[in-house]
Amino acid sequence: MSDHHPTGITRWLYTTNHKDIGSMYLWFSFIMFLIGGAMAMVIRAELYQPGLQFVQPEFFNQMTTMHGLIMVFGAVMPSMVGLANWLIPMMIGAPDMALPRMNNWSFWILPFAFTLLLSSFLMEGGAPNFGWTFYAPLSTTYGPPSTDFFILGVHMMGISSIMGAINVIVTVFNMRAPGMTLMKMPLFVWTWLITAFLLIMVMPVLAGTVTMMLTDRHFGTSFFDAAGGGDPVMFQHIFWFFGHPEVYIMILPAFGVVSEIIPAFSRKKLFGYSSMVYATASIALLSFIVWAHHMFAVGMPVAGELFFMIATMLIAVPTGVKVFNWVATMWQGSLTFETPMLFSIAFVILFTIGGFSGVMLAMAPVDFQYHDTYFVVAHFHYVLFPGAIFGTTAAVYYWLPKWTGKMYNETSGKIHFWLSMIFVNLTFFPMHFSGLAGMPRRIPDYNMMFADFNMWASIGAFGLGLTQVYFLVTIIMAIRGGKKADEKQWDGATGLEWDALPSPAPYHTFSTPPKVD
Amino acid sequence: MAIRRKLIAGIASSLSIMLSGAVQAVAEMNMRPGVTETSIEAYELHMLVVWVMVAISFVVFGAMFYSFIFHRKSKHPTPATFSHSTKMEIIWTTIPVLILIYLTIPAVSLLIKMEDASDPEMSIQITGSQWKWHYKYMDQDIEFFSNLATPREQFEDFNADGQTKGENYLLEVDNEMVIPINTKVRFLVTAEDVIHSWWVPEIAVKKDAIPGFINETWTNIPTPGTYRGQCTELCGKDHGFMPIVVKAVSKENFAKWVASKDAERLAAEEAAAVAVAASWDLDKLMALGKTAYDAKCAMCHQVDGSGVAGAFPALKGSVIATGPVAAHMTMVVDGSTGGMQAFGKQLSDAELAAVITYERNAWGNNTGDTVTPADIQAFKAGN
Ligand code: HEC
Ligand code: HEM
Ligand SMILES: [Cu+2]
Ligand SMILES: [Cu+2]
Repeated sequence: MSDHHPTGITRWLYTTNHKDIGSMYLWFSFIMFLIGGAMAMVIRAELYQPGLQFVQPEFFNQMTTMHGLIMVFGAVMPSMVGLANWLIPMMIGAPDMALPRMNNWSFWILPFAFTLLLSSFLMEGGAPNFGWTFYAPLSTTYGPPSTDFFILGVHMMGISSIMGAINVIVTVFNMRAPGMTLMKMPLFVWTWLITAFLLIMVMPVLAGTVTMMLTDRHFGTSFFDAAGGGDPVMFQHIFWFFGHPEVYIMILPAFGVVSEIIPAFSRKKLFGYSSMVYATASIALLSFIVWAHHMFAVGMPVAGELFFMIATMLIAVPTGVKVFNWVATMWQGSLTFETPMLFSIAFVILFTIGGFSGVMLAMAPVDFQYHDTYFVVAHFHYVLFPGAIFGTTAAVYYWLPKWTGKMYNETSGKIHFWLSMIFVNLTFFPMHFSGLAGMPRRIPDYNMMFADFNMWASIGAFGLGLTQVYFLVTIIMAIRGGKKADEKQWDGATGLEWDALPSPAPYHTFSTPPKVD
Repeated sequence: MAIRRKLIAGIASSLSIMLSGAVQAVAEMNMRPGVTETSIEAYELHMLVVWVMVAISFVVFGAMFYSFIFHRKSKHPTPATFSHSTKMEIIWTTIPVLILIYLTIPAVSLLIKMEDASDPEMSIQITGSQWKWHYKYMDQDIEFFSNLATPREQFEDFNADGQTKGENYLLEVDNEMVIPINTKVRFLVTAEDVIHSWWVPEIAVKKDAIPGFINETWTNIPTPGTYRGQCTELCGKDHGFMPIVVKAVSKENFAKWVASKDAERLAAEEAAAVAVAASWDLDKLMALGKTAYDAKCAMCHQVDGSGVAGAFPALKGSVIATGPVAAHMTMVVDGSTGGMQAFGKQLSDAELAAVITYERNAWGNNTGDTVTPADIQAFKAGN
């Protein structure tokens, strides 16, 4: 029978099934999200009011660093790969990913990589404490001994991501059902395809960076040490050459998700499909020539600063096109507001706010006032939390009926949404103000003039943290005892996964390819 | 118990902050215009972008909310079928381009102005090191360190016993940078160890201090006043505790300040000579040594000499602090590539002698060695 699957622990260890692997990625990323979130709670507790109440500055730095690393590499990236695994084969009518064994391996590397990274808390000198950007020489000459474990951990995550990306590219190019031309693919598949190319381009650069760190630390090179003829600024150039595309790696798949959900609940086709594809591709291309907008204060030549300022502002144009297309999709639609739609709408609004502050940060002469303050923390949380995280959340609510055959409780979903919406803004909006007022980021204590907004942010953060536990409960209740879902749970949904498969989708799907017209 | 006390203290102080904060808050939620020509222009540009973004959001979010209200299923049961409009797509590509050009023009001219450090009237070299700033006036014979002046007791609040915090909590230093008004001052910014960043919001100057490289920036302050800022690049444990204070004074007062600094330096040289000639016994060295150690070394090696595992070695029972004196002197005077700063110029000879003596005898190190200012002088001469 097609729905036969192995049981027990070995099912998960040896599995090459894209659905199993997708689920493991999603659960893994949720666990990492809770761990990284717990660290955020420590940060916000310490920043609740002026003075040092709970942790020493050195531990505070470990918290910010590990929070950033875990959220970026452990929560957001794997969640996107999890969605890709579940959805891409079903959306293009393929039986599985093209390289299933590699798929198994790219997942199973991750628990080891993060155990290694987290174990650094137990080491002498503690966990990495140099920020998720690990600028040299703070991370080389001055890094704690656990830095070497961090380097190994990053290498492992990088290998995992590159394998995941290769798998997506090979699958999309070779496994599409007959008739599924590239320009017929759902936008989620397109955004992931482009993301996969970004990953293949930049993860090796990250690997190179940490390798140079390793040789600087132990083998007498001085890539990043001025005393030996190297250059600490070169570190930043290389890091951000990876780092800027990385932020698009985290957000493009979420663009894809909302481009599926908004049409479904507007009961209207996505507006400007091909311009969406081109906009995504131009965002990806531009993302390679804007990296130094993170470095306006390092003392670049004016010509360089002008170039990076203008190139960065240009990215606002294709990004704007996407936002306008989403709005036009809703325009004159027939809208309903189920939980996935609510999260998608919040995505569009709040991501746009993050985009506004992004344009502000791109303006080099004013960026001198914003750079490395809480204004930046507000900016990137607006694109990451209501962006990447809300995107994944919307996807989970939207496809859960297809994945599990069970419906979540709509009231719980809506409660989760409204709590998230209120707390995410309560947490991160005040950070704009404390940043503008002059509060630097990555500090454990501050002057009283920043006290009000920090207190609001902390209260919001505790609420936001608890809300995620509520999310977990909602999902578990749905899986355990949710109402049975229909084959096409959402009347406006389109795509092979809704039209050609029952709910739950059987363990093996599309053993014979569907016909796409 | 401690946690409960903390919570109660926290809630009580929260309430009082919220009440008093309501009044102040209005002022502390936006960028400060600052006092220099460039800072004011940066502020104006900031406000311009803010309003442009607010305007765009009215249009975009307005259209969205219009849809939410009038195109909901109950009001608009049959969806339209359009999914493409070349005309609209051209419009909403062109308009953003025009808006961006409108924003770029003032940004370019301001950026060029901010980066033009030519023709300065005086220069100051700024050097960041873990966790203090050093200012060296290139045209005067003045240099000094600028350390956080807020006492530890004010910020350490682990048992809800922190002292009342002063108005300039964490934004006050022992030696301020003093500069004359209406003078183009060039800053040459660099660092000793890791990257730091020198930022004073009210003059809109932020420049990274990078070891091995010198960055240039400048200011010209028209109004006397005290302007406060902080390090803005993560630089290790006490990154949050290395503030910057710039005091702008009239040219006459600046001349007076320079003269007082000259006098201070002469006095210090004299005192050093006296110290070398004076007789030093263990007690006297230990007393001065403890003061100097607690002020300059304890932040890394800890008051009890136990260090921080994996980052700063313990001095209690350490090989260097109990081994040959010469190696100990080299470490403290010249520093090491492994992260120990050179204190040769940060402390007087008497303080160096005292701090080394202190380390060799405190916490059960009991070597019985004494190092005198004369020894330090001889050591420095031999270098
Ligand atoms: C910014 C942090 C920092 C400060 C402040 C600091 N040190 Fe150090 N110190 C270090 C580090 C890091 C090392 C390890 C250097 C190495 O191994 O090359 C060290 C090493 C030493 C050693 C050698 C210990 C051993 O056994 O290896 C001595 C002695 C010492 N410091 C004395 C002092 C004195 C005296 C002061 C104050 C005047 C001081 N330090 C202030 C960071 C600091
Ligand atoms: C409850 C949710 C969250 C809260 C309360 C929170 C809070 C914070 C705070 C206060 C900082 C600044 C620390 C400092 O500079 O001192 C920070 C940094 C950061 N956060 Fe979050 N965060 C949350 C969720 C996330 C998520 C979901 C992501 C990523 C997807 C994320 C990514 C980052 C990154 C990359 C940094 C920078 C770390 C660094 O400075 O090296 N955070 N967070
Ligand atoms: Cu970027
Ligand atoms: Cu710093």
